[in-house]
Amino acid sequence: MAVTGAVMVLFLVGHMLGNLKIFISRDSFNDYATALRTLLEPLAPYRTLLTIVEVVLAVSVVLHIWAAISLSRRAHAARPVKYAAKKSQAGGYATHIMRYGGVTIVLFLVWHLLDLTFGVVNPKGPVSTPADRMIAGFDPSRWWMTLIYLVAVVMVGLHLRHGIWSAFQTLGWANRNRYKALRTGAALVSAVLVIGFLAPPLAITFGVVK
Amino acid sequence: MNLTLKVWRQSGPSDSGRMVKYRVEEVSPDMSFLEMLDVLNERLILEGDDPIAFDHDCREGICGMCGMVINGVAHGEQVATTTCQLHMRHFEDGATITIEPWRAAPFPVVKDLVVDRSAFDRIIQAGGFVSVPAGSAPDAHSLPVRKEDADSAFDAATCIGCGACVAACPNGSASLFTAAKITHLSLLPQGQPERLSRAKAMVDQMDAEGFGGCTNTGECTAVCPKGIPLDTIAQMNSDYLKANAK
Amino acid sequence: MKYAEGSPIQDTKAPEGPIEDRWEKRKFAAKLVNPANKRKLNVIVVGTGLAGGSAAATLGELGYNVKSFCYQDTPRRAHSIAAQGGINAAKNYRGDGDSVYRLFYDTVKGGDFRSRESNVYRLAQVSVNIIDQAVAQGVPFAREYGGLLDTRSFGGAQVSRTFYARGQTGQQLLLGAYQALERQVAAGTVEMFTRHEMLDLIIDNGRARGVIVRDMVTGEIERHVADAVVLATGGYGNVFFLSTNAKGCNTTAIWRAHERGAYFANPCYTQIHPTCIPVSGEYQSKLTLMSESLRNDGRVWVPLRKGDDRLPGDIPDDERDYYLERIYPAFGNLVPRDIASRAAKNVCDEGRGVGPGGLGVYLDFRDAIGRLGRDAVEKKYGNLFEMYERITGENPYDQPMRIYPAVHYTMGGLWVDYDLQSTIPGLFVIGEANFSDHGANRLGASALMQGLADGYFVLPTTLGDYLAAGPFGEVNEEAVAEAEAKVTSRIERLLAVNGTRTPDSFHRELGRLMWDYCGMERTEESLRKALERIPELRAEFWANVKVSGANEELNQVLEKAGRVADFFDLAELMCLDALVRSESCGGHFRAESQDADGEALRDDEHFAHVSAWEHSPEGEPVLHKEPLEYDYVKMSQRSYK
Repeated sequence: MAVTGAVMVLFLVGHMLGNLKIFISRDSFNDYATALRTLLEPLAPYRTLLTIVEVVLAVSVVLHIWAAISLSRRAHAARPVKYAAKKSQAGGYATHIMRYGGVTIVLFLVWHLLDLTFGVVNPKGPVSTPADRMIAGFDPSRWWMTLIYLVAVVMVGLHLRHGIWSAFQTLGWANRNRYKALRTGAALVSAVLVIGFLAPPLAITFGVVK
Repeated sequence: MNLTLKVWRQSGPSDSGRMVKYRVEEVSPDMSFLEMLDVLNERLILEGDDPIAFDHDCREGICGMCGMVINGVAHGEQVATTTCQLHMRHFEDGATITIEPWRAAPFPVVKDLVVDRSAFDRIIQAGGFVSVPAGSAPDAHSLPVRKEDADSAFDAATCIGCGACVAACPNGSASLFTAAKITHLSLLPQGQPERLSRAKAMVDQMDAEGFGGCTNTGECTAVCPKGIPLDTIAQMNSDYLKANAK
Repeated sequence: MKYAEGSPIQDTKAPEGPIEDRWEKRKFAAKLVNPANKRKLNVIVVGTGLAGGSAAATLGELGYNVKSFCYQDTPRRAHSIAAQGGINAAKNYRGDGDSVYRLFYDTVKGGDFRSRESNVYRLAQVSVNIIDQAVAQGVPFAREYGGLLDTRSFGGAQVSRTFYARGQTGQQLLLGAYQALERQVAAGTVEMFTRHEMLDLIIDNGRARGVIVRDMVTGEIERHVADAVVLATGGYGNVFFLSTNAKGCNTTAIWRAHERGAYFANPCYTQIHPTCIPVSGEYQSKLTLMSESLRNDGRVWVPLRKGDDRLPGDIPDDERDYYLERIYPAFGNLVPRDIASRAAKNVCDEGRGVGPGGLGVYLDFRDAIGRLGRDAVEKKYGNLFEMYERITGENPYDQPMRIYPAVHYTMGGLWVDYDLQSTIPGLFVIGEANFSDHGANRLGASALMQGLADGYFVLPTTLGDYLAAGPFGEVNEEAVAEAEAKVTSRIERLLAVNGTRTPDSFHRELGRLMWDYCGMERTEESLRKALERIPELRAEFWANVKVSGANEELNQVLEKAGRVADFFDLAELMCLDALVRSESCGGHFRAESQDADGEALRDDEHFAHVSAWEHSPEGEPVLHKEPLEYDYVKMSQRSYK
């Protein structure tokens, strides 16, 4: 969980930085998208790096989900009889946000790929520039899309707030002297990602970026 | 005080069990929770009913024998307190209290609120010790230990093996229990020779017993009567990963 | 109650010669068991506290085939776990003048000249090995900044020889022994039987050859045979119902062994601990002890005036009676346990006690907080203060604690010789269950020392000497069947009464009676009253007890009833022993025998002996006296003034 999660966090940081290019200009954003595909050319064929990243990500996602499912199944097996009354003493945040949050994020991910990567459900369709798809996708008329996106990104943020800290714990790099720093760090990274990911769609929906 | 109790009754492992309601009256706020159950049991015996079976022994919070989930919280809501040290002054007159046994597959119910925690012994058997036969020890001062390390080792070593961590964990994990022993011995020079093999053997035994995995929810440390810190689990993970890398 | 006087008894195993060489001599003289034979020798150890746990582990390490039994769900819960203060050892790490000889001297004197010099000297010698062993096992003793072990002075000692692990020394030492034990379980040398209670001893051909136990989950009566049996089943303080013992502590194992022929020594020696939390009501199920290290900084007082019901904070200093400091200026609040306890009882009897029922005295930290600061006090006693607040709901930083004495430890127990063997060959008794080392009063932090000395170091040597003659062959089936039938019929009898009183109600009544008549202060009159009342109560028990449920299940009422039944018989012997010993000594205070200041007055001319009682099934108990001689420590009247 920790290792695959770390891979995805690194990806999210890159993804967010790329997204922010929309604030510079449509072309800058499109150039970035092209660069992702042409990087390493002509040493390697078109899309080499991107494909590697995609494969690593896909494997990470699958392993992450597999680990989550197996943990969850072990948990069910370890407690066949449920409590009549059960009250969380640690807020229950981590349990709920990770399991239910994780499922929400997967559902969103499918939609997100169909919308902005493959363009199948995007108003501009698959044959369009990434910037077109992005701006059309979050058009003020599609405010509900922005809302879905907002909810999903916040969910990702909450997932990471526990996830990042938890990864350090799982890998054995945490101790009581670092807990405060780790928790703060995890919250900070999550907040930056949430803001970074929400800025473009909100700017588009509210007409700041056209 | 007058209270209503909803207590898990189960005559044995083969019985499916049920919640049963009891009224208890004239409870003194200075009673301990177990004394309140004693009073109820005295009545049940005389009425020809089967008294509620529950584990208890020292009644001063150190033997780790007692333990029940009270209103959804292992050992009740009073922080850092075993069931035997919980007093009725923390409940309101007229309250309804739900009492259940520790629930985990590796802790099968023996009767009512009594569960079998022998899985913990087997985890210790796997490696929770320093191999030093009696009579073979060098002078106690031959190996100084940093005070900070000795104190942290002590913090981990105060685990009473009650099983509240397992009961509270949404995953039914025994990580805090196992990690407490691993950390205690990992922090001391005496524990070094067997450090990695110990971590591996104990964690593998914990998994083999059918406990769930740790997802770092922190429920365990929140109910732990001795406040075993969560970073013991990080220590365990670190030792375990190193052991596997070898 | 009548008794007969039998022939004197002697400890024939203690070697002669200079005291410092005796243990070496005994160890060398002890026969060794061929390593290949050890596997063929079976040993049963009952109880898994410091003594039993360490013994079973060590015997396993040596290669014997060990079966270990405990009534708890795991060996780690034995009541040794609750010992707070520390463990004595003559390490002299402080260079403050301590030595094996001084620990020996203090223990003999503290025991009020009613213990054996040879045993006590050995205990002091072995004490240093215990610390080494525990540290090597990873017991996290308190340390100083230099990395070396910290020690403190404890319970009346004038040297700093007590090693400790915050307020949980017993826990840490027991977990060390428990881990060693589990290591042997994994190695296959020890087979562990948890939730099993010993109900009888099997004797064949004059030797102890096994035990009958009840599986407390299924009710099955099981027979286990062996070449030797070791009892490490702790003390019998629960005869008083309210004590600092765990609820499950009982006398059944040693009492049944006594009924089978093991002599019971000095049953009347009971230690009352001065710093316990007072009783709060009728429902009280046990008493909680707070480490007497509290007396290092707390000051004990009661109001000067009778019936002064002002809040403690409102009582000015000149209207307080710091009675320990007043009566014992040299030792003040640190006088030995029995003296502190009796002094508390005296001021309460005068009507100056505080709290519910006037049964309590203040233990005040106001001055310590003023002198050292709240943080320093919290660092030293924080966990004890928390415990006090959890139980009483009162904050000891703001108002003084209330304390009252409670039964804590029993120095009496089965009689054993220097080898820790009882009068039944092959039956060894260790830890609190025997009588051997503390005389009439145990010093603070010496119980842990004795339990571990017996288990790790003494028994493994002396038991080998006995087993060298083994294996002892098949056990006669008749002997086993007889013991089993006795157990079964007793259970059936208990279940058949179906009366109207619970076992606990009888236990409470017996305990009250013992506390009133055979407690901190005993008189001929009170003891005679008790001896009259106990048989009546026992008769009522057997006619009117109600035991619900059946044998073939987890039945905590049945367990309790069996233990209470044995407490009646033990209580009677305790009172008889207390009556016969008309002197005061250590934890046994006969009001008739005190000096002008109200201090315990020994009668060395008539009572410098161990009273070893032989059970006789039909007739009266037989008293065998073991004379005590003091060649090294000159007998003197204790004085802590």
